[in-house]
Amino acid sequence: MTSLAWERRRGSATRFWKAYRSHRAGLYGLAGLALIALLALTAPWTVGADVQSVTNAPGTALESPSAEFPLGTDQFGRSLLGLLIWGSRISLLVGLLAAVLSVAIGTLVGVLAGHYGGWLSTVVMRITDWFLVMPALVLAIVLATVMSRSVWTVVLAIGITCWPTTARLVRAQTIAVESRPYIERATALGGGHGHVMARHVLPNVMPLVLAQTTLGISAAILTEATLAFLGLGDPTVTSWGGMLQDAREAGAVSSGHWWYLAPPGIAIALVALAFTLCGRAVESVLNPRLGVGR
Amino acid sequence: MSLLEIRDLRVTYGSGAAAVPAVRGVDLRLEAGSKLGVAGESGCGKSTLALALLRLLPQTARLEGEILLDGEDVLTMKWGRLRAVRWAGASIVFQGAMHSLNAVRRIGDQIAEPLLVHRRATPAEARKRVGALLEQVGLPASRAAGYPHELSGGQRQRVMIAMALACEPRLIVADEPTTALDVMIQAQILRLIERLVAEESLGLMMISHDLAVLADTCDRLAVMYAGRIVEEGPAGEVYRAAAHPYGRALSSAFPRIGDPASRRAPRGLPGDPPDPAALPDGCAFHPRCPVAVAECAEDDQELRVAGAGRRAACLHVGRESG
Amino acid sequence: MTTASTPAGVARAEEARATDGAPRTGVASGYLRHAAGKLGGALVSLFAVLVTSFFLFRIIPGDPVKAMTHGAPTSAEQLATLRRQFGLDLPLWQQFTDYCAKALTGDLGTSFQFRAPVGDLIAAKLPATLLLTGVAVVLYSALGLWLGTRSAWRHGGLGDRVNTGLALTLWSVPSFWLGLLLIIVFSVGMGPIPGLFPTGGMESGTGETGFAYVLDVAHHLVLPVVTLVAVGYAQTLLVMRSSLLDEMGGDYLTTARAKGLKDDDVRRRHAVPNALLPTVTMVFINLGHVAAGSILVETVFSWPGLGGLFYQALSVPDLPLVQGLFVVFAGAMILANLLADLLYPLLDPRVGR
Repeated sequence: MTSLAWERRRGSATRFWKAYRSHRAGLYGLAGLALIALLALTAPWTVGADVQSVTNAPGTALESPSAEFPLGTDQFGRSLLGLLIWGSRISLLVGLLAAVLSVAIGTLVGVLAGHYGGWLSTVVMRITDWFLVMPALVLAIVLATVMSRSVWTVVLAIGITCWPTTARLVRAQTIAVESRPYIERATALGGGHGHVMARHVLPNVMPLVLAQTTLGISAAILTEATLAFLGLGDPTVTSWGGMLQDAREAGAVSSGHWWYLAPPGIAIALVALAFTLCGRAVESVLNPRLGVGR
Repeated sequence: MSLLEIRDLRVTYGSGAAAVPAVRGVDLRLEAGSKLGVAGESGCGKSTLALALLRLLPQTARLEGEILLDGEDVLTMKWGRLRAVRWAGASIVFQGAMHSLNAVRRIGDQIAEPLLVHRRATPAEARKRVGALLEQVGLPASRAAGYPHELSGGQRQRVMIAMALACEPRLIVADEPTTALDVMIQAQILRLIERLVAEESLGLMMISHDLAVLADTCDRLAVMYAGRIVEEGPAGEVYRAAAHPYGRALSSAFPRIGDPASRRAPRGLPGDPPDPAALPDGCAFHPRCPVAVAECAEDDQELRVAGAGRRAACLHVGRESG
Repeated sequence: MTTASTPAGVARAEEARATDGAPRTGVASGYLRHAAGKLGGALVSLFAVLVTSFFLFRIIPGDPVKAMTHGAPTSAEQLATLRRQFGLDLPLWQQFTDYCAKALTGDLGTSFQFRAPVGDLIAAKLPATLLLTGVAVVLYSALGLWLGTRSAWRHGGLGDRVNTGLALTLWSVPSFWLGLLLIIVFSVGMGPIPGLFPTGGMESGTGETGFAYVLDVAHHLVLPVVTLVAVGYAQTLLVMRSSLLDEMGGDYLTTARAKGLKDDDVRRRHAVPNALLPTVTMVFINLGHVAAGSILVETVFSWPGLGGLFYQALSVPDLPLVQGLFVVFAGAMILANLLADLLYPLLDPRVGR
């Protein structure tokens, strides 16, 4: 890519960041994300994978919070605080991968449908219509049921059920971009399909894709937690949703052990909220008219 | 006593360092039964002026000065009195009538609304009056049952006019009433406005960027630039022989029928209107003025007498007549 | 065309349009056509759902009959009998046509777990779900619309920021977790708060009748409804707020103010009705999602409805039951979308006439 193009990209990125900075809620969200990412990435050193070990559990079952175990212990005697921090890795990973998968499929399908039009577009639109009519959660539950219980199943289930919304938006944006005069010029100068899509449509569609990804991660984290809670997650890894299922099975509800129940949910809510705030701020930057309302 | 008298009106958006002056001291007078045209490019503050007359500007706008409607100052009216004056004392015909009408309510309902608010008419009385108003503007009374999107641009503008007349106001302000219409319809609407103003002896303030239209319809003409009136006088004189350089440029931008030279080479004006947030020093017009001198960049120009019943804000005016 | 371009021609054309004052004939038939089209689309979607549900459950690796009987020792003969009983020995396309034919008559197969027709099981649990979701939808819609309107009209103020912040937070909260917390605090009792509400179920089972029964059910209804409303109102609020904010920039509101209307009237008679249009459609479309959300809430509160049934079916997995419930949930969404499509033209005169 020419240096001129790089300068232009850098310029628009700077402008984007400047506009983003003016949304206070978005900055809070970003700060929250940075903190959570830090916690998750440093977990191998702060907590270590051993925290999951049932056989070497340091405490007794279902202890109340104390100095040694700030959040108490689960029914196997493991430190809940440690599990909470360790569980962030799976929850974030699944959320990220699932969202990226669904946005990637959606973007690919959307750009192709918007660019080629014709019967491809019609078929894609029918398929997305169909998906949009399905209750996504039910579909994800069903998929997770018929496939084996693993992290990848969850990622796949969420990815497959959430791509249609992105596809619709990307398709509409592709059509809008391709109606601009410079596309005509690019084609007249000999640019083929691949060139137009990769060099012109894709960069213009990226901001929308970014907004969709951030909002999608928020939804994916919630869906992952739901699937884990319903017993459809991977039983061999610790995730926040799984912790909530364990809590329920350990009778934390009836014995009033709120310290087992509250933290994973608060963690899920905070992470989902952080991503939502970022996503809304990105949307406001892209669509200044929307920004008035935020 | 004049029907409308505006004294040193100033409208500023925002405050402090971010203050943007949209209207910077406007003096105007309009008598009952006469028609005043206000001309200028986009952004000169003429729409702000129109909205200010009934205090329809957003909360962020600060208004100073006096707007005397039949002797009462609109800017200091109590809220209840202001609402009573709105539409019944003075009404506005807005431009872009597609967005100025509520798209999901029937036309008859929208015209009847001020009747029900101000006259406390019964629905039956309102319906009759709506029918009469529609016929007055040349539409069949049955249109009242329709929706705005079912009408053409010209018909919607007629509806706006009918609506403006509903409560028999003394003053009508028409903000770009014919801008979005094609020329034939434009002519019809202008004739309609003239007829109604004469029939009901209303006062009319018409705002437009189209100097030719204003010169044709109005008695007096005022030219606005960057929030100030820069020229004012009898419509024909201002149009044919403006005293202010901007007025001259504006009128020569329109080719004259029958004058082949002007048709082939209408003279435009280089540059753009100034950003209200960053006005030039001195006379706001001087960067684009063909006859600007050094003093123009230092002192802003006040309106000077430029003939009988005429004023212009240019230092050349004083010198020529002096 | 020459006639249309002469001044006289144009004037005549204007007049012709102007005097054509009769309301356009066929407004009603235009709507019927629109409705028929949408109904057709809904039926196609329903068929697509049937196809999906059929094939979705056939892609499981492994033998459904083995899954059905896992745990219990069965001989090869018994397996074969079961296979024949459930029609699993027929070729796939025949299974599919059988399935569709049966589905059209309401026969959705037999549950592995309960050995009862799926249709009967669903019909038995449907009222409980309808009660729960019906009450919740009405409450969260009303709450969301009201708070969304207030928030938008006074936007930027403290009330607006609190409202929006709270809604965004509740939107990010997992509904099942909220339910569990509510149980801990209000059912089991925590600290100074005593256990005010039952921990689950729809009734106490102590054989009340009449009004006492109604009260008992209502008592059990409180916490599940609160959970559904907490998450549902947030979505409605945010949509209504942004929709109203979009309207508030409209020129027609300046016209309304210029006519001398009070601020309240401008909002109530012009801004809100226009803002309601997209919001109402959203509420209807979200109805389908509420059905799915009830899965979680019913599971947490042991509410005897379709959601709880779904959870039970998942654990086996009881394929005919899961399949049947899938069709019902998807059908509910299709119905909700259809209602939204049929309702919208009635509210917005610019569409579908």
